[in-house]
Amino acid sequence: MSKIHFAAKLKRQLLFDRIFHKVTWFFTFVVFALLAALIGSLIIGSIPTIKAFGFDFLVSADWNPVTEKFGALVPIVGTLITSMIALSIGIPVSFGIALFLTELSPPWLRRPLGTAIELLAGIPSIIYGMWGLFVFAPLFAQYIQPWLQDTLGQVPGIGFLFEGSFMGIGMLSAGIILAIMVIPFIAAVMRDVFEIVPPMLKESAYAFGATTWEVIWHVVLPYTKIGVVGAIMLGLGRALGETMAVTFVIGNAHQLHTSLFMPGNSIASALANEFTEADGELYTSALIELGLILFFITFVVLAFSKILLVQLKKREGTAT
Amino acid sequence: MKLQFFLALLATTAALIVTPGIYAADITGAGATFPYPVYAKWADAYKKQTGVRMNYQSIGSGGGIKQIKAKTVDFGASDKPLTLEELEINGLTQFPTVLGGVVPVINIDGVKQGQIRLTGTVLADIFLGKIKRWNDPAIAGLNAGIDLPASNITVVHRADGSGTTFLFTDYLSKVSPEWKEKVGADVSVAWPVGTGGKGNEGVANFAKQIKNSIGYVEAAYVKQSKMNYVQLQNHDGAYVIPTEDSFKAAAANTQWDKAPGFYEILTNKPGQNSWPITGATFVLMHKSQVNPAQALAVLKFFEWAYASGDEMALELDYIPLPDSVVQLIESSWEANIKGKDGKAIFSVKH
Repeated sequence: MSKIHFAAKLKRQLLFDRIFHKVTWFFTFVVFALLAALIGSLIIGSIPTIKAFGFDFLVSADWNPVTEKFGALVPIVGTLITSMIALSIGIPVSFGIALFLTELSPPWLRRPLGTAIELLAGIPSIIYGMWGLFVFAPLFAQYIQPWLQDTLGQVPGIGFLFEGSFMGIGMLSAGIILAIMVIPFIAAVMRDVFEIVPPMLKESAYAFGATTWEVIWHVVLPYTKIGVVGAIMLGLGRALGETMAVTFVIGNAHQLHTSLFMPGNSIASALANEFTEADGELYTSALIELGLILFFITFVVLAFSKILLVQLKKREGTAT
Repeated sequence: MKLQFFLALLATTAALIVTPGIYAADITGAGATFPYPVYAKWADAYKKQTGVRMNYQSIGSGGGIKQIKAKTVDFGASDKPLTLEELEINGLTQFPTVLGGVVPVINIDGVKQGQIRLTGTVLADIFLGKIKRWNDPAIAGLNAGIDLPASNITVVHRADGSGTTFLFTDYLSKVSPEWKEKVGADVSVAWPVGTGGKGNEGVANFAKQIKNSIGYVEAAYVKQSKMNYVQLQNHDGAYVIPTEDSFKAAAANTQWDKAPGFYEILTNKPGQNSWPITGATFVLMHKSQVNPAQALAVLKFFEWAYASGDEMALELDYIPLPDSVVQLIESSWEANIKGKDGKAIFSVKH
């Protein structure tokens, strides 16, 4: 009696297992289906512009809704440059924050500081945009831009980057706002990965007489490099796709300038600005193709980071 | 007990579904953001008086045109009128609802509100990037006695597509052949110079923050943000300031009866007092209506708005249409909007 009962129970549990397996499989499949549908609809939507402009779309700086001549060069360049500025400021600062929190900070300060950084990461991007426009831009125009022009602007070779009048908005402002936005993300993830370094490793290094810097450089970083690259990619992902905050401060002009003080445009902010009033098939299609390009850039960045990690792994053990 | 409850619920649901068929249904519209505040105010007052709800989504003119073509809404709204051909192809008819003005605003230290005078061609040359400094002879010549700085002019324009941009660039195209050839008129254009702000608020903020800048915003924003507007030379050569009266003068000097499909852009209109950058916002409807009761509900709403909505419009800095134009519009409804049987849906009260 009890044996039969047991068998039935087992059978039932096996059935549940199978159903559970199918359900989880289905959810995973849904994610892939969504991704495929998204790429599919972006490609279908961009067919008119692909047909009309072909490869020229990527290298033309024209953006003229009146004559329906479109090129994506300005937004592509703007997206890449603002993200590069954001990362070149964001990475060192976040690295410093994460190191301070895990290695140097007195224990009583760790929790409030960590919470503050997590809070910063939770602020909606439009708040950064408004702050950037109303508070940061006027101060930037009044104090920092003149100073930059007097110092870095006088350096031969890079002086052209700081030419022009002081408006407070433009590519550089957008890059700095983005930096402020990605720092909490990068710093929070970096701190988490630095924390998982086994204390034994660090203590052994200290026992050998290593300085704090040497421990960080030769023990903590090699142990956590995957996480660190991951943190940077997370930040880059946010910077590339950020919309509202950039729209507020980038100046939204479809023009190419060598100076970082001048207005530009990014893919995400061009989409946010122009989609609602885009009439005509070609205009809408050009905006959809911009979306496809952003998708592609993000994909390349992800792929690149994976390759980087594989390369790092290969060298493991050979480096001293 | 349970069954009774269930039946009661069923009855209520059925009543809710059936009710719109018996009484007038909710009206839905979508489109331009410019008239949204006044449509919303009208809708609120109309709901209190008649119980009919008007649901308007301000998704932008482009979106409004797409929605009405797809017949997902009862009416679409656009700041840029469709041409006769476009109306014909899509079986649509259009009519204006309210007027507004577009005003160039400047930010120069020491210059008082409305002190600077500009002509249309000078304005076009500034936005073309040909006039680069405020003390350029072309500007100084119009403004003898005003101390203009030798600073660079920063041009501020809209970053998003907008009916305001359409009116502004349409005006520049009418007064400057070079602008017409190089840039043209549309809801968004390829600006030769300048920086873009999102929405009227965005342009207003940039113009306020950036010294020695010039931008353009809807008249309502000039008042709200206490901005420094310019005097513009109109079609008749007179310098005018943007006021309710100068917008009305432009409307009064427009011959709507000679404009098929109400395709009228009120820029550069004749008349001593006419503000040169004025324009109407439009509503689009299908000529052939599957559900005449629904179409009639929409027309009744606008009939009511023309008759009793003027005060509300003026409070929000919109300019109501002259009565003569309203009569033309209502006759056009009777002539153009028909049911499947070919009968007119709306009849003008005589």
